[in-house]
Amino acid sequence: MHNLISLHMSHNTEVLDQKTLWGGGGSPFKVSYGKLMIWFFLISDALTFSGLLCSYGFMRHKFSSTWPSANEVFVHFPFMGDSHVPLLYVGLMTFILILSSVTMVLAVEAGHRRSKKEVQVWMVLTIVGGFFFLFSQVWEWSHFIHGTEIGAVKDIIVDGEWVTQTVHGANLHYNEYGNVLFGDFFFFITGFHGFHVFSGVVINIIILIKVMKGHMDKTGHYEMVEKTGLYWHFVDLVWVFVFTFFYLV
Amino acid sequence: MERDDIIEYSLDISHTDEEGKVLRKRLWKVFWILLAVTIFEVGMGWYFAEHAGFKDILMYTFIFLTIVKAGYIIMIFMHLGDELSSLKKIILVPYCFFIAYLLFIAITEANFIFDIGWVLG
Repeated sequence: MHNLISLHMSHNTEVLDQKTLWGGGGSPFKVSYGKLMIWFFLISDALTFSGLLCSYGFMRHKFSSTWPSANEVFVHFPFMGDSHVPLLYVGLMTFILILSSVTMVLAVEAGHRRSKKEVQVWMVLTIVGGFFFLFSQVWEWSHFIHGTEIGAVKDIIVDGEWVTQTVHGANLHYNEYGNVLFGDFFFFITGFHGFHVFSGVVINIIILIKVMKGHMDKTGHYEMVEKTGLYWHFVDLVWVFVFTFFYLV
Repeated sequence: MERDDIIEYSLDISHTDEEGKVLRKRLWKVFWILLAVTIFEVGMGWYFAEHAGFKDILMYTFIFLTIVKAGYIIMIFMHLGDELSSLKKIILVPYCFFIAYLLFIAITEANFIFDIGWVLG
């Protein structure tokens, strides 16, 4: 790993003294303005997600007696009917997202070699992976919203009055499986993450079009691919945490 | 207007075909590690959904493995491991500091709220 770092840096072997380094005109971090700013944006976005997951943990601890176990809520798999397979579907979603992360980083790598054709191929595969993930999430939400045939008897508010009735599935007002807050947090956090995936796909499409039109060859580098790649990996990074705290523990 | 995103170091981020081969090998290796960890997690989660026990150990194992996965994604996929150490620090140190603070506050508050038996709605 250490020789790889020196390999990366080998293009920039000149040693700058402290005065030149901080005197303006060059980045002391050896990254461009845009890349530094996308990192700062990602830190603030990471703090937002951390706050959400933290409040999720807070409420889950408080209402642990009525909190449903994800293993009993998300048990379906496409084309397998009513079979009980916990975690498998969300495991597949994680696999799709990790795979699309690899194709993205391969696009970045191809961009460093200024190989336009390879960048296009890997970016198209990344976008396909992103769409696969989004549709998987739609499928899972739909199952959660519609719930089971049997349903459960819950106290819910209808027109300002508390009534006891059988409910199916979950939304922001009731949850067949347990505490309402589970549904609220699920919809908000996975929805917020899903929106990030969606915007990531849109940004990837825009950059792909720019690559295809040859904009990157004109500027002489593929750094835009790297920047959108950073955002895309961040989306994968968030999912790793959502996966753990919503489905595993 | 002069473009400020091309005058700095972006032109240095390039490598040859041979160097690319080494890098690609490393990327695929990380992919297999991430996949193996995820399969392990799903397997453990599935098994212990039916067999109770080891709940605490399991939880800390999952959290540890999550941090391992996050480390690989940040350091290799996001190339932070290849950046200058000063850049690594300005990205990781403030974040870790704020998260430690947030967790401290949340856990303190959660224990208090749990103790007084506050009920919602």
